[in-house]
Amino acid sequence: MRIVIAEDAVLLREGLAGLLERFGHTVVASVGDAPALLSAVAEHRPEAVVTDVRMPPGLSDEGLRAALHLRRLHPDLAVLVLSQYVEQTYAAELLESGGGASVGYLLKDRIGDVREFVDALDRVAAGGTVVDPEVVRQLLRRRRDPLGRLTPREQEVLGLIAEGRSNASIAKELVVTDAAVAKHIANIFAKLDLPPAADGHRRVLAVLAYLRG
Amino acid sequence: MLNRTALEALTRRPLPFLKSAWPWRSVAYLLASAVPGAAFLLAAIPATLIGPPQGFVVGAAVVVGAVLPVAWFEPRRLRLVDDVPVPETPDRRRRELGLAVMTLLAMWWIDLIMVLFTVVGPALLILTPAVQPDVAPSVGVAAAVMGVLLLPVAAYTATAWGGARGAMARAVLAPQGSELNEVLRSRARLVDAFEMERRRIERDLHDGAQQRLVSLSMTLGLAKLDLPEDSPTGRLIGLAHDEAKQALAELRELIRGVHSQVLTDRGLGAAVQDVAGRSPVPVDVDVRLPGRLPTAVEVTAYYVVSEALANLAKHARAARGAVTGRLERGTLVVEVRDDGVGGADPARGTGLTGLADRLAVVGGRLSVSSPAGGPTLVRVEIPCA
Repeated sequence: MRIVIAEDAVLLREGLAGLLERFGHTVVASVGDAPALLSAVAEHRPEAVVTDVRMPPGLSDEGLRAALHLRRLHPDLAVLVLSQYVEQTYAAELLESGGGASVGYLLKDRIGDVREFVDALDRVAAGGTVVDPEVVRQLLRRRRDPLGRLTPREQEVLGLIAEGRSNASIAKELVVTDAAVAKHIANIFAKLDLPPAADGHRRVLAVLAYLRG
Repeated sequence: MLNRTALEALTRRPLPFLKSAWPWRSVAYLLASAVPGAAFLLAAIPATLIGPPQGFVVGAAVVVGAVLPVAWFEPRRLRLVDDVPVPETPDRRRRELGLAVMTLLAMWWIDLIMVLFTVVGPALLILTPAVQPDVAPSVGVAAAVMGVLLLPVAAYTATAWGGARGAMARAVLAPQGSELNEVLRSRARLVDAFEMERRRIERDLHDGAQQRLVSLSMTLGLAKLDLPEDSPTGRLIGLAHDEAKQALAELRELIRGVHSQVLTDRGLGAAVQDVAGRSPVPVDVDVRLPGRLPTAVEVTAYYVVSEALANLAKHARAARGAVTGRLERGTLVVEVRDDGVGGADPARGTGLTGLADRLAVVGGRLSVSSPAGGPTLVRVEIPCA
């Protein structure tokens, strides 16, 4: 996969590039600010962009704004946004852009779990939606009523769905069979009155939309 | 809570108020009007004795002569009902003379009439059996009981008029607004400086330690890939990796406490939503503002909401909380409520006094309603002009 990285801390930028290349991806450009990101995408037409939220010149949320702009320009470009802290409004803006497909929002911490991180990027590039578990945790904390009816196991599964995991991936994480996961998911959707959704980003969005009330 | 003026004392609960010195001080204040009154009468007596037209001249001369001593007396007398020092203004002398003229011509007799009604009235009623022996004993006792019952009312009336009089005198001596304005401005500058410093610390941590820790965690994550998980080195690397991730999580919380980047980027609504989202108690947020507010207002309001929500989680034992925010006629009104056990007491230093201090800098106001048994409502008003 051809990727553009935007991250202002040099150490991290180089590390990220090395990591992605190690997993067989091609980093066509790595840049340090939002305008450079926009021009690098225009020049290289990558399949995916990994960008930090906070970047020069303003050191505020330039990276996120650039990501949203890119999503409007290239609806099929996969965008993974990395953030130093979880911010619900950032997540919401990203999910609202381009129907919520091919987009991810993760804490920077997740880079450390390299395999999961690269998996997440792959899911985003394949049209999926990835949302940081911390976002889901905060949303879960906010909601009370029908979520209280979910068993702890079902809540766990709900969190993993929101992270964009497939049934197989959830089964592996929880060390249960695919059939058990399917049953949990059916129960969750029934309890929350959600229409049964296929695997994939629509399922993620349905769950997130529900959580955000 | 300490009361600094008679008017403030009126807002206390009845028993502490009646036991306090304020009613007595107010009566003393009003009785002190006998001094300008005496000066006026001194003028009136020769004027009547001599008769017009020379009498008028003599009377006027005495009144004019009395203005200076009364101008000295009035600000000193004010201390009886108002403990707050009156700030110096450049035209203080002129203002004192104005107050003296006002007192000599009108205020003194109003004060004395008030004392007559509020203190002398009940006192006479109480003494009815003694001073009017010819009334029936039952009527006399009834009148005395009536007088005793009127005493608390008298305390309120006397304090109200004394306080109002004091406020009037203060308004003449120092125009409102001039009061401590410079002090407030310098405190605001100090708060701004603190805020700048916090922002700088946040940025330093973000650019430095945080990036390095992410990088470290990434390197350890890569190392883990190359090592068999069950080898001794693999286990150690795994431990180090977990430690690095934990440190990162703790640092993130620390940085957030120092300065809210969301607040700077997205304003109060988003920042409140964010802090509420992290509360262990579910909190409904309904903040509707027309746009961004002045930085000092946003920072203060955010601080108050954070503290209030922290208190809610720590002390209220609530099942649910709610934050609302509106801009009402140029004033930001934020309310934080919960369904907990109540009993939050500013005097017991539950952090509420700190909030009030922060608010004072931006000219804001904090009110807390938290009866034992709940619920608790913290209301904050900050002018945005």
